[in-house]
Amino acid sequence: MSVDHKTIQKIAHLARIRVSAEEREELASELSNIFDWIEELDKVDTNDVDPMTSVVQASATLRKDNPNDGGYPKKITANAPEAVEHFFTVPKVVE
Amino acid sequence: MGEILKGTKDEWEVVIGLEVHAQVLAGSKLFSGATAEFGAEPNSQVSFVDAAMPGMLPVLNEESVRQAVRTGLAVNAIINLRSVFARKNYFYPDLPQGYQISQYELPIVGEGAVEIDLPDGGGKTIGIERLHLEQDAGKSLHDLHPTKSYIDLNRSGVTLMEIVSKPDMSSADEAVAYIAKLRSILRYIGACDGNMQNGSMRADVNVSVRNPGDKLGTRCEIKNVNSLRFVRQAINFEARRQIEILENGDIIDQETRLYDPDRDETRLMRSKEDAHDYRYFPDPDLLPLDLEQSYVDELKADLPELPDIRKKRFVADYGLSVYDASVLVAERDTGDYFDSVAKNRDPKQVANWITGELFGHLKKNDLTLKEAPVSAKKLGELIDLITNNTISGRTAKEVFEKMWRTGSDANEIVESEGLKQITDAGAIEIIVDKIIAENPKNADEVRGGNSKAIGWFVGQVMQATAGKANPKAVNELLRNKLKD
Repeated sequence: MSVDHKTIQKIAHLARIRVSAEEREELASELSNIFDWIEELDKVDTNDVDPMTSVVQASATLRKDNPNDGGYPKKITANAPEAVEHFFTVPKVVE
Repeated sequence: MGEILKGTKDEWEVVIGLEVHAQVLAGSKLFSGATAEFGAEPNSQVSFVDAAMPGMLPVLNEESVRQAVRTGLAVNAIINLRSVFARKNYFYPDLPQGYQISQYELPIVGEGAVEIDLPDGGGKTIGIERLHLEQDAGKSLHDLHPTKSYIDLNRSGVTLMEIVSKPDMSSADEAVAYIAKLRSILRYIGACDGNMQNGSMRADVNVSVRNPGDKLGTRCEIKNVNSLRFVRQAINFEARRQIEILENGDIIDQETRLYDPDRDETRLMRSKEDAHDYRYFPDPDLLPLDLEQSYVDELKADLPELPDIRKKRFVADYGLSVYDASVLVAERDTGDYFDSVAKNRDPKQVANWITGELFGHLKKNDLTLKEAPVSAKKLGELIDLITNNTISGRTAKEVFEKMWRTGSDANEIVESEGLKQITDAGAIEIIVDKIIAENPKNADEVRGGNSKAIGWFVGQVMQATAGKANPKAVNELLRNKLKD
C-alpha cells in the first residue's frame, strides 16, 4: 500500500505536527514500506477472532469513589508557559 | 405522526434526535480521585491525571459504572456486560490529553426506551440508541482578557453519561417532554441532579426536516443547549431555517451549529475541516470493563419505584386523573409526600392541597419541598380537621398560611385562635333567627323567589360567627326558614 503526500499532510495536520516538503517525501516512502510489511497480516483469517485491545487478558479494576486527590492548583499550573491566578492562559479561542 | 409545518410551497415534518449529557453524581471523577463539585476555585479540583501529566494512568471509578448501569436499567435498556473505553482524538485547549476517553463500539448500555407525556395528555415511546460513559472537558473563559482565553480544568475528567436517543421525536414539544422525563428518571434514581443551569445536564439537538413520509433529510447538530426553553426555541428556529433553504431549491449542509438565545437563532460554529475525524481506538491505558449479571440484577432489584410505574399506581390505587398523577410523580419528593398524606385520606382532596396551596407557597417563597415548613404529617392533620368538620375549607386555608409562617401544628392554631367551626345546629339557629328577624325586607325577597338573596344571609351569618359557622349547616337552616 502506498501512502501519498496528501495523506501524509492530513495525518500531520490531525496530529498538529509540522512536516516540511522533503520530510513529506521521506515519510511517504517510509510509511509505505511499513504498511506493506503490515499487510502481510492480511493473509491470516481473523473472521472469528475478537480484536485484541490489550496483551493482558484481564478486566478493568475499579476504584472506590473516594475523593482523595486534587487541591494543588499551583502544582498543576507550575509548568504552564503562562498562568494567571491558577488559570492556564492560551491565545484566545472563541467559537 | 408529529406536527406538520407549512412552508411557503410545501408541507414539512421535523425529525429530532437528542444526545443528552448528564453529569453523574459522584464524589470523585471518572478516572481520578479529584472532587467534582460545581463552582470551586480554578484548577483546585484537578489531579495530575486530569491535567494529563506524562505517565499518569486512569483508574475507573466504580460509582460511575454503578450509576451508568442503574440509568440503563431505568430506561429499560440492555446492559452490555463487556464494554470498552476508547480515545476520541481532537485538539482543544480545554482538553489536556489531546483526546477524550469515551466509549465507541462497545458502550456500557445498549438500546432502551422512554415513555414521554405530551401536553395534550397523550404519550409516545422514544427509543434510546445507547448510553456511554465519557470524561467531561475543562472550561474556557473568554471574557477575562482581551487576547487570551483562560482555562480551568476543574470539570476535566468529571463523569458524563451521554444518552443518545433515536430520531423518534417530531416536534419541540416531544423533545422537551423527552428531556423532562429523562431528567425526572435521573433524579429519581439519584444518578444526576438534572441541574441544566449549572450544566450538569445539557443536550445536543439533531434536527432535520423532510416532506411527510420521505426518507430522513440531512441533519444539523445544535451543540450544548442548556435549558428546556432554549431546546424548544432552537428546534423551532432550525426547522424554519432548513425549510427555507430547501424551498429555495438549495441543499442542507451537515454542520454543527450553536444556538444564540439573545438573537434567537442558530449559527454555524467555526468549523474545522477535520473536526469529525476523531480516529477512535481502544484506550491502551484501560482494560475492558466486565460486569457480572448478578451485579446488574442486584442493581435492578435496588432501583426505586420509577415515575411511570408510580403514575400508574396513583391512577389505579388512588383514582387520580392522569394529569394530577403526572404532576405529583414528576419529582420523587413530591410523590413520597403525596403517598404519605394520602394514606387513609381522600386522595383527590390531598392532591388539590398539594398542587394548590403547597405548590403555590413553595413557588412564592422559592423553596423546595424538603425545605417546606409544613410537613406531610402536618398537612395530613390539617386535612383531617376539615374532614371531621372541625374547621371549614376556607378556614383551613388561613390555618395553612399560619402553619407556613409559624411552623405550628394545625390543631395548635385552631385551638389557640378559637377557629373551631360551630356545628351545633342550635347555636347557629339562634343567630339565623336573629338575622332574619332584623332584616324582614331581605327575607321577603328570598321568600318571593329571589334565590340569589339567600347568599346575602349566608354572608351575614358567617360575619356574625367570624366565619366559624359550618357553611353547609347555615345553608340548610336558611333554606328551611325562608321557604315560602
